[in-house]
Amino acid sequence: MVFTTLLEATRNMSADVTARHSILSDQDDRSLVSVFSAYVVSATLWLLFATGIGLLMAFKFGAPEFGAGAWLTFGRLRPIHTNATFYGFASIALIGLGYYVAARSSGTKLYSAALAWLGLALFNVAAVAGTITLDLGYNDGDLEYREWLWWIRLIFLAAVVVSAWNLIATVARRSSGDIYLSNWYIIGGTLWTCIFGLVAVVPWYQYGLGQVAVSGFYMHNAVGMWFTPLVLGVTYYTLPKLLNRPIYSYALGVFAFWTNLVFYPIIGAHHFEFSPLPWWLQTTAIVFSVAMLVPVWGGSSNFLLTMRGRTRDMMQSYPLMFIFVGVMSYLIGSTQGTFEAFRSLQQVWHLTNFTVGHSHLTMYGIITFATWGGIYALLPLATGRQASRLGLAMHFWMALVGIFIYVTSLSIGGTIQGLDWMHGLPFIQSVIDMQGYYVWRGVGGALMFLSHIVFAWNVWRMCYGPGAVTSPLESLRSEEAVA
Amino acid sequence: MSKLPLIAGGSALVYASLAWMMGVLPGIELSRVPAGPGVAPLTALQSEGRNVYVANGCGYCHTQQVRPLDVDKVFGRPSAASDFKYQTPELLGSERTGPDLTNIGVRQPSSVWQYIHLYDPRAVVPESIMPSFGWLFEVVDQAPAGVTAVPLPKAYAPARGVVVPTHRAEALIAYLASLKQPPFPEAGVATGAEQAMAETGSTTTAGSATSAGVSPPAGGYDAAKGAALFTANCSACHQANGEGLPGAFPSLKSDAVVNKDDATKHIQVVLQGLHDARVGGVVYASAMPPFAGTLSDAEIADIIDYERSSWGNHGKSIDAAEVAAERTKAK
Repeated sequence: MVFTTLLEATRNMSADVTARHSILSDQDDRSLVSVFSAYVVSATLWLLFATGIGLLMAFKFGAPEFGAGAWLTFGRLRPIHTNATFYGFASIALIGLGYYVAARSSGTKLYSAALAWLGLALFNVAAVAGTITLDLGYNDGDLEYREWLWWIRLIFLAAVVVSAWNLIATVARRSSGDIYLSNWYIIGGTLWTCIFGLVAVVPWYQYGLGQVAVSGFYMHNAVGMWFTPLVLGVTYYTLPKLLNRPIYSYALGVFAFWTNLVFYPIIGAHHFEFSPLPWWLQTTAIVFSVAMLVPVWGGSSNFLLTMRGRTRDMMQSYPLMFIFVGVMSYLIGSTQGTFEAFRSLQQVWHLTNFTVGHSHLTMYGIITFATWGGIYALLPLATGRQASRLGLAMHFWMALVGIFIYVTSLSIGGTIQGLDWMHGLPFIQSVIDMQGYYVWRGVGGALMFLSHIVFAWNVWRMCYGPGAVTSPLESLRSEEAVA
Repeated sequence: MSKLPLIAGGSALVYASLAWMMGVLPGIELSRVPAGPGVAPLTALQSEGRNVYVANGCGYCHTQQVRPLDVDKVFGRPSAASDFKYQTPELLGSERTGPDLTNIGVRQPSSVWQYIHLYDPRAVVPESIMPSFGWLFEVVDQAPAGVTAVPLPKAYAPARGVVVPTHRAEALIAYLASLKQPPFPEAGVATGAEQAMAETGSTTTAGSATSAGVSPPAGGYDAAKGAALFTANCSACHQANGEGLPGAFPSLKSDAVVNKDDATKHIQVVLQGLHDARVGGVVYASAMPPFAGTLSDAEIADIIDYERSSWGNHGKSIDAAEVAAERTKAK
C-alpha cells in the first residue's frame, strides 16, 4: 500500500525542528522578518476593512434604510465582506505565516524575498480590484466566494502560484532529509488552491446545472482545501513551539493529512441538497461529510493531546488560548458541519441564518483564532517586539465573547426561522421572528470588530513598537532551538 | 530530497483527479442537460434585468430553487434539472432572508406592486428588511409620455414630483415577471427531485391543488388559518388592514363583492385572478394572480371567510364545497 509506505517514510522523521542557523546570514533573517511583518500588517488592514463592512451589514438587518444608495446596498457589500475576509485577510496572513514556518522549520532562508513581495503585491492588487469592481456592480454571478471578475481571480491565482513556488523552493533548500509536517499542509494547501481556483475559472463546463455542480465543489474547497490546511500547518509548528514539547503524534498528523485530502473534495455537493443535482452526487457528499469526522477528530485530538496536562501554561499564554479556541472550534464547527449535511437536519437549517452562524464559527472560530495564535506566537519571535498583555487580553476576550454571541444568536434564530417555514407560517413571520436575533448578532459583531482594532494596535506594537529587549536576531536564535 | 516531489506532487495529483471527478466531470455532464418543454431563453430586456439582479446581489437573500419538500410548496413545484438550461450564471442561492423567487412571475404578476416594492419595500410590506432601491428610479415633475409613474402611497412618495423607473428598474421587473415555472416535465428519467419526494414521503405533484396538511375543519371556518393564509398570499397588495393602496390595489374593506351574500364572484376572483379590474369606479392596472393552482378548496374558503368577517365586513361565510363547485364550473 502506498499509504503504509508513506507512513513508514514519515516514521523516521523526528518532530524536532532543530535550528540550523549557522549557515544563515543576518541579511537573510532580516529579509524574512520584513516579509513576515509586511504580510501580517497587510492582512490586518484587510481584516479591519472586511469586518467594518460586516458590521455595517449587520446594522442593515435592523435598519434597512441605513446606508442607502447603490454603493452601500447590501447585495454589493456582502461579497465585498466575504471576499475581503477570504482573499484579503486570511490568505495574506496565512501565506505570511507559511513563509515564516517553512523557512524556520526547514532551517533555511526564504528562497526568494522578491517573490514573496511580488506575491504580496498581487494579493493586494487582486483584493483592491475585486473590492472596487464589486462595489461598482461587476459581480461574476453571485456565486459564493468567486464573485470577482475572472481576470481578478487570475491575479489572485498568480499570487498563489508565486507563493507555492516560493514555499516549495524554500523547503527544497532544507539541510535535512525530513520535511516537517507543517510544510506538508502549507505546500499542499497552496497547490490544491491553484487547482480548484483554475477549475472555477475555466468556463466550458459551467452552464446551468453544470455550474451548480462546480459551485458546490468550489465554495467548499475554497474553505477546506485552502484555509484549513494552512492553518493546520501553522498550528503544527506553533503549538509545539509554544509548549516546548513535540506534537503528540506525528503519524496521526500525516494520517489526517491524507484522509482530509481524499474526503474533503467530495463533499461540496452538500451545499445543494434537495436541488436538481443528481441524487447520487448529493448522497456521496453526505457520506463523505461523515467520513470527514476522521481527519477532524484525528487532527483536533492530536492538538488537544499535545496540550494535555499543561492547563496552567495554557491559561497564562494568550497565544495558546487563541490556538485552543481555534482547535475547539475545529472540533465543534466541523462536527456541526457533518450534522448539517444530514438530510433530516438540512430540512430545518438549510437556507436559514443557521448556516451563517456555522460559517462564522468555522471561518472565525477556527481560521481566524488559530491565525491570531500563530501571529502572536511567531511575530514577536521574528521582530523581538512584544504586544502588551493588556492588548492581548482585550483582543482575546472581546473576540471570544463576540463570536459566542454571534454564533449563538444566529443558531437559535436560524432554527426558529426553519421551524417557522416547516409550520407553514407566512414567510414574513420568519423575518419578524429573526429581528431580535439579528440585533444580538450585531452586538456580537460589534465586539468582534472592536477586538480587531485592538489587534491592529497589537500588530503595530509587535512590528514597530518599543520594547525590543534583544536584537531580533538574538531573539530568533535563542528561541529557535525549542520545539 | 525525494520526499518533496512525493508529498507535493503526489498530493497535488490526488487532488487534481478528485477535482476532475467531483468538479469538472459533473460540470461537463450537467452542462448538457437539455431544456424542458416551456423553458425558453430570456429576451434581451429580461436578460438585462438578470444582470441587474446579479450586479446588486439579489441572489444573496433570494433563492431560485424549489426543493421537493413540504416547506417549499408555497414557492412552486420542485425545480427540475431541465429548468436550468438558460440559467448561467446559476442563481440557486444559499439563503432565504427573503422568499424564493423561482416562480415569482406567477405568484406576484403585478408589476405595479413590484415597482412600489422595489422603490421602498416597506410601502407594501411594513415588516420587510429588504433594502430600498430608490436609486433605480428617478423623480421627475411629470411622467414622460408612455411612462406610468409609480403609484406610491403618500407616506412614501417624494414631496414634489412623481417617481418613474429607470431603464435598469424596468429590465429588473421584466426579468422578475419572466420567472414562471413551466408545467412539470413528464417523468422520463428519475430525477433527484422525484427520488427526494419518494424518500421524504411527499406525495404532492406540482401544479395540483392539493396542499399538504390542510383538512377542512369540522365547524367550517378556521380563523387563525384564514388570517395566516391571507398574510401569506394576499396582504402584500391588499395590506393587513384590508384597505389596499389607493390607486394601486383595491380595498377589500366594505367592498361590494366581499360583502355580497352571493359569494360566487368573490370565489371566482380568488380562483381565477383579475385583470384591469374596475372596482368602485377605479380601474386597476395591476393584475391579481389566480390561486386555483396553488391553494386547495379549503384554503381558499378560509381566506374568503377571513376577508368576509374582517375589517367590519359582514359577508355570508362559505365552505370548501362551494369553492369546489366553482372550480369545476370553470373547467
